[in-house]
Amino acid sequence: MCDGVAFSEVAMIGPALSSQPFVELLSLLSGIVSEPLLVEFPFERNYVTSIIRVSLYVSLAAVAASTLFSLPVAMLVGFTDFPGKRVVVAVINTGMGFPSVVVGLVVLFAVSNQGPLGSLELVFTKEAMIMSQFVLATPVITGVSLAAVTSVEEGVQDAAYAMGGTRLDVALVTIKEARYGIVTAVLAGLGRAISEIGSVLIVGGNIVRADGTSITRTLTTAIRVEARQGRYETAFVLGAILVALVLLINGIVLHLGGTGRGR
Amino acid sequence: MAIHRRKFLGATAGAVAATMAGCMGNDGENGDGNGGGDGDGDGAGAEIVGETLTLTTTTSTYDTGLLDEVNAAFEDRYGVAVDAVAQGTGAALETARSGDSDVVMVHARSLEDEFLEEGYGVNRRDLMFNDFVVVGPEDDPAGIDGMESATEAFQTIADTGSTFVSRGDNSGTHTKELAIWEAAGTEPGGNWYREIGAGMGDTLNQASESGAYTLADRGTFISMQDDVDLGIRVQGPIEGGPELLANPYGVIAVNPAVHSNAKYDLAMSYIGFLTSPEGQDIIENFTVDDKQLFFPEALSEDPNFQQYVPEGWSSDGSE
Repeated sequence: MCDGVAFSEVAMIGPALSSQPFVELLSLLSGIVSEPLLVEFPFERNYVTSIIRVSLYVSLAAVAASTLFSLPVAMLVGFTDFPGKRVVVAVINTGMGFPSVVVGLVVLFAVSNQGPLGSLELVFTKEAMIMSQFVLATPVITGVSLAAVTSVEEGVQDAAYAMGGTRLDVALVTIKEARYGIVTAVLAGLGRAISEIGSVLIVGGNIVRADGTSITRTLTTAIRVEARQGRYETAFVLGAILVALVLLINGIVLHLGGTGRGR
Repeated sequence: MAIHRRKFLGATAGAVAATMAGCMGNDGENGDGNGGGDGDGDGAGAEIVGETLTLTTTTSTYDTGLLDEVNAAFEDRYGVAVDAVAQGTGAALETARSGDSDVVMVHARSLEDEFLEEGYGVNRRDLMFNDFVVVGPEDDPAGIDGMESATEAFQTIADTGSTFVSRGDNSGTHTKELAIWEAAGTEPGGNWYREIGAGMGDTLNQASESGAYTLADRGTFISMQDDVDLGIRVQGPIEGGPELLANPYGVIAVNPAVHSNAKYDLAMSYIGFLTSPEGQDIIENFTVDDKQLFFPEALSEDPNFQQYVPEGWSSDGSE
């Protein structure tokens, strides 16, 4: 029954997105997901809702920032030839598989009071978690977009030039041609961000206030805590929510991006 | 195609809006990150209202649920939020060393003493105690059930090569376990000894799954005993076991002379609250399955100077 409701949500989200912030949608969503299971749930709804909110806030912010950074980089690298280009591409591809705990460790040292960004007091905050997820998502989004951009046929770009287009026009045409690949890139980045645990655990500290409000606890780190305490049922419920969220986001983006029709 | 792109942009705008909404929502409800002492003063007038105290502590205080109880009471009384990071004693002290927390609540006197001697911590207080217990599977392959001595039990586990799961994470419990091996004159190692580098809950789960022995703090064990197939084999001092298994907790403020960003006044308020009759009452009355998990020890009419200094320290010796 859960599935049916969630599915119709996907269909009506399009118009809702632009008008209302979807914090409301989140509480709705968590209500839908947790209500049938509430019998076994030892927590107030506030706990689950705030965890979902932290997870989405951190991952979406990181992916949004990463996309803004990655697309120009991918275009630049894709369109220009320069010495050492292959090295840059190799570095980007290596970054795709970079272990998240190492990223967490590096970001921790950067934001720690002793580190270069220490004065900003970012350790154990969502902002630090966004930083580490930005680092994790960027190579994925850049790498996959780069592949998409470079696979656009040169003929398309030549045609745009021939029609008197500026470099910007050519870039826009290329992005349009490569849009499926770019959407895939963003989704891959989001998948990497929202499902990773290593870095957010280290830099975020997995904090929940005494009243059950999550400060830096995400779905992944919450699952770890519940498993540690032997509450496997709760861990599974949170796991199901995480998978459902990823599916939902993929559904929304694919629906709005129109890739469904491309198949 | 143009329509599709507009839809896509709409989605992006929606995502940005959601991001910003999330951001504003957070600022509204926890009010941290403003750094200043202005707070939001909901008519309370006090300057500290809305500030955040960062506590690094052990997994045992969090996993038992005690931390939520005392922190909720503290937050009510002072209007200050507590960000508790449950890490294990070694990591909790290390985080405080780099100035990333304001106060620590831990349970390994030797590590606490190092922390004090290096100048990172000030104003240590004894807070509470419980004890460690040696737990193991019901069929008790090593035959240690009911032993009066922890060292003898450990020795027997090693001699029979029965599986033993070690925290292996430089926590208070791990420190105690290593001290017991040392007292037993045994160097643990070999196939039967598994260091898993995890918290108490994970360790109990793994010991339960693999029919192994482990050392656990009584609090976490009681709060989890319904979920694991393990029983107490050697009791701690609370139930008449050896004094070696005592588990005292201390609370220490981070030295504001070393880390000027440490919220020392809040840390001292927190320590003051925990060691006050009210705070000690909460600890005393905290139960899981009708069992008291922690025993307050901050209140005493007789002076107890050793709680303020590294163990065995005296001013004569240092001069």
